Amino acid sequence: MSRLLLLKATMNRYPLWKYIIIAVALVLGFVYTLPNFFGESPAVQVSSAKATIKVDDKAKARAEEALIAAAIVHDGIQLDTVGIKARFKDTDTQLKAKDILEKTFNPNSAEPQYVVALNLLAASPTWLTSLHALPMYLGLDLRGGVHFLLQVDMKGALTKRLDSTSADLRTAMRDKNLRHGGVGREGERIVVRFRDVETRDKARNIIADTQPDLILADQGEGSDLKLVATLKPQAQLKIGEFALKQNITTLHNRINELGVAEPVIQQQGSDRIVVQLPGVQDTAKAKDILGRTATLEIRMVDDSPGALEAALAGNPPFGTEVYTERGGQPLLVKKQVVLTGDRLTDAQPGFDNQTNEAAVHLTLDSPGARIFKDVTRENVNKRMAILLIEKGKGEVVTAPVIRAEIGGGRVQISGRMTTTEANDTALLLRAGSLAAPMDIIEERTIGPSLGADNIKKGFQSTMWGFAAIAVFMIFYYRVFGVISVLALASNLLFLIALLSLLQATLTLPGIAAIALTLGMAIDANVLINERIREELRAGMPPQAAISEGYERAFGTILDSNITTLIAGLALLIFGSGPVRGFAVVHCLGIMTSIFSSVVVSRALVNLIYGRQKKLTSVNIGQVWKPGNAAVNVQK
Amino acid sequence: MEFFRIQKDIPFMRHALKFNIISLVTFLLAVVFLFSKGLHLSVEFTGGTLIEVNYEQSADLEKIRGSLGKAGFSDYSVQNFGSSQDVMIRLPLKGDQNTNQLGESVIKALAADAPGASLRRVEFVGPQVGKELAENGAMALLLVIIGIMIYLAFRFEWRFSVSAIIANLHDVIIILGFFAFFQWEFSLSVLAAVLAVLGYSVNESVVVFDRVRETFKRVRGLTTPQVLDHAITSTISRTIITHGSTQMMVLAMLIFGGETLYYFSLALTIGILFGIYSSVLVASPLVMWLGVSREQFIKPKKVVEGANEDGAVV
Repeated sequence: MSRLLLLKATMNRYPLWKYIIIAVALVLGFVYTLPNFFGESPAVQVSSAKATIKVDDKAKARAEEALIAAAIVHDGIQLDTVGIKARFKDTDTQLKAKDILEKTFNPNSAEPQYVVALNLLAASPTWLTSLHALPMYLGLDLRGGVHFLLQVDMKGALTKRLDSTSADLRTAMRDKNLRHGGVGREGERIVVRFRDVETRDKARNIIADTQPDLILADQGEGSDLKLVATLKPQAQLKIGEFALKQNITTLHNRINELGVAEPVIQQQGSDRIVVQLPGVQDTAKAKDILGRTATLEIRMVDDSPGALEAALAGNPPFGTEVYTERGGQPLLVKKQVVLTGDRLTDAQPGFDNQTNEAAVHLTLDSPGARIFKDVTRENVNKRMAILLIEKGKGEVVTAPVIRAEIGGGRVQISGRMTTTEANDTALLLRAGSLAAPMDIIEERTIGPSLGADNIKKGFQSTMWGFAAIAVFMIFYYRVFGVISVLALASNLLFLIALLSLLQATLTLPGIAAIALTLGMAIDANVLINERIREELRAGMPPQAAISEGYERAFGTILDSNITTLIAGLALLIFGSGPVRGFAVVHCLGIMTSIFSSVVVSRALVNLIYGRQKKLTSVNIGQVWKPGNAAVNVQK
Repeated sequence: MEFFRIQKDIPFMRHALKFNIISLVTFLLAVVFLFSKGLHLSVEFTGGTLIEVNYEQSADLEKIRGSLGKAGFSDYSVQNFGSSQDVMIRLPLKGDQNTNQLGESVIKALAADAPGASLRRVEFVGPQVGKELAENGAMALLLVIIGIMIYLAFRFEWRFSVSAIIANLHDVIIILGFFAFFQWEFSLSVLAAVLAVLGYSVNESVVVFDRVRETFKRVRGLTTPQVLDHAITSTISRTIITHGSTQMMVLAMLIFGGETLYYFSLALTIGILFGIYSSVLVASPLVMWLGVSREQFIKPKKVVEGANEDGAVV
């Protein structure tokens, strides 16, 4: 037994490499924690608003020149993958600089090429930034801003696709001179009517050739023959995915127009999109731009005499609907869609060459241009309606009279528009009509003062909690208490460094998780210290007691941390929003706490006691033994 | 200094039945409250709109209610939030309401009668989100239970895993019972706290169980209740100090964390208190009644070595 103890006594030393590993970890931890202390300085960010425009060194030089010309002093301009970022010493200079840069980069405000946005940049020195040492990425609840969760209406995407497919079928059959008895969408199917079997067979061949995504089935008999087309399941899936991607792109474009520095637009699940706009204060405008799930449709107006009156009386002619024009007059519009926003490649506000009225210039893609040419040729002197469909409700933007055939795919809409309206309409159309309608199903707006408050509260809780634990631990366990507190501090250091390094989003629940993790991490050190006391109580010599204490406690520490980790992982998998923010930090914290409470604290103990060969006592606070109770009382 | 000067093992197991009856009663009460009163679910679960407004002076709640009513809102609730200047307005989901403009229209309504209000926070949750959150919460709970049971069964024994889970689910139900009884708001962060408590107090049981296993292996001749008493007694000081430390942290959050962290830390506080109780006084007796014994921890090889594996002491 005594030989065994002797062996263990020499074991309270770490090899050099272990100390080196710990030292490296601490230095890295310190370096990556450091940026959090420098705070943030106001900055202006210039990034590209269009895929074709690149922000490069030339742009950077341009920005520098512009600032010098305006006598604005900057604290450094840098170019990265996002764009140019210029720092300023205060928000006043920042605002001035933003105006200058806005004018320099977007001389024509109606046609912005760049996004010029206010931003906050880490004020840490450049050597830190070049090490990718950045401050923690703060969530919206800490920095203020808007969060939206949008639900994409997949059914809407399918209906839309079916509508445009029906139009394609009509064109295809007309091109082949097939006489059909009408093409229409009924729910999620397209029904084409025929009078004889021969035509139907021909039509089926044509449709099967041109529309590989459709499943065709025959129905009906006699002279009422039908061909029913439905979308293949794979096609439906593809449409869904496509709709989501298209919507994300559209949102990107729209948000670019808002000028937000670091927007987050991400897919969540199979049919949802998260949009986060940090620092955005004008939530009404943001929501207005985002929430407009406008789709554009061009349809013909039914101007036949008496039809409108009949419709207003409650029985519109077959295949028509009543809409209201901007001016308030009712308008009878055919249900058949000539063109949808998908065919639109560009929309710009401008002025009519002759009347100088505000106008919107549209550019169509080539199939769109062809259809538009055909339609305008066949309908000269009739009216067509351009409808914006928002949330299932349509509004007639304008219903111009077709004066002549319009070819080449360039269309101008004018009349009854102010310049602002023209701008807005163009923005909506240009940003691309959404492939599928979306609804905001969750929204959070956090004011900037609340964000700052939350940081303060989170920081104070952690600080006071930590202080209380530190005081108690040192009071109760003396030197071992100091060691435990140092280990706990290193845990905090590692955790913050890891969060900064991973750029995981820190939220208020995340700060709560930091606090809780620290509160729970001390458990490992309490376990170790209690175990060492216990071994001392059992009469073991100090060196052996330390060694035993650490060894025995380790199994327990591992078990208890793994069970906690299981709970943390479950939260991570199923949690969303605040719960996820909590879980990320919680899980990371459990891992750093094993390292710091076992390895770091042991290293400290070894440094202090490991080299003393004749260690007679350790300062772990009073170790009470049942036998010497009387002695204690006398003292 | 040492708080715990325990001469002999405390005979916890002698009173096991009493403690368990107390537990059972508390548990049943919690269940009754859960069913009769139900949880006061936050907007995150029920769907609806939550608006936090800050006034420069103390806010006059009656006036705010009045102006909301005048503006045509109904079923709203107006409360102070944290301080007398902060006001929380809750609006239920309405089918036809234009949620896009809700925040602004509320501010407009308030500005008419009680000027000086600034919008601090708006939260809108649609109906489909809430349902999902509840489902995900239940899934997370299930995953935690299964995960911990598998791990404990693998590391210890099925008896331990079953009793740990029963004991800690009892904690969870009791926390929920408190929230039901006092009608405290049950939000997503409270859910996070509840699940964290589940992991945390299992951890507590693990420490005791570790000792039980060790005692079974090292010390012979003790009856199972004696082994459990010894394990609990020798870990009790750690248990209390650890929980005390965690509680200090939670207390700091309770005091300094503001309204947002208040119920989160409240749930943790209840969880920590009942966590000690249940892992010591519920989980251990359960292990005993499930029939834990020394043989389950001695490897067959050792059985051959030690002639008296039944624990006969010389």
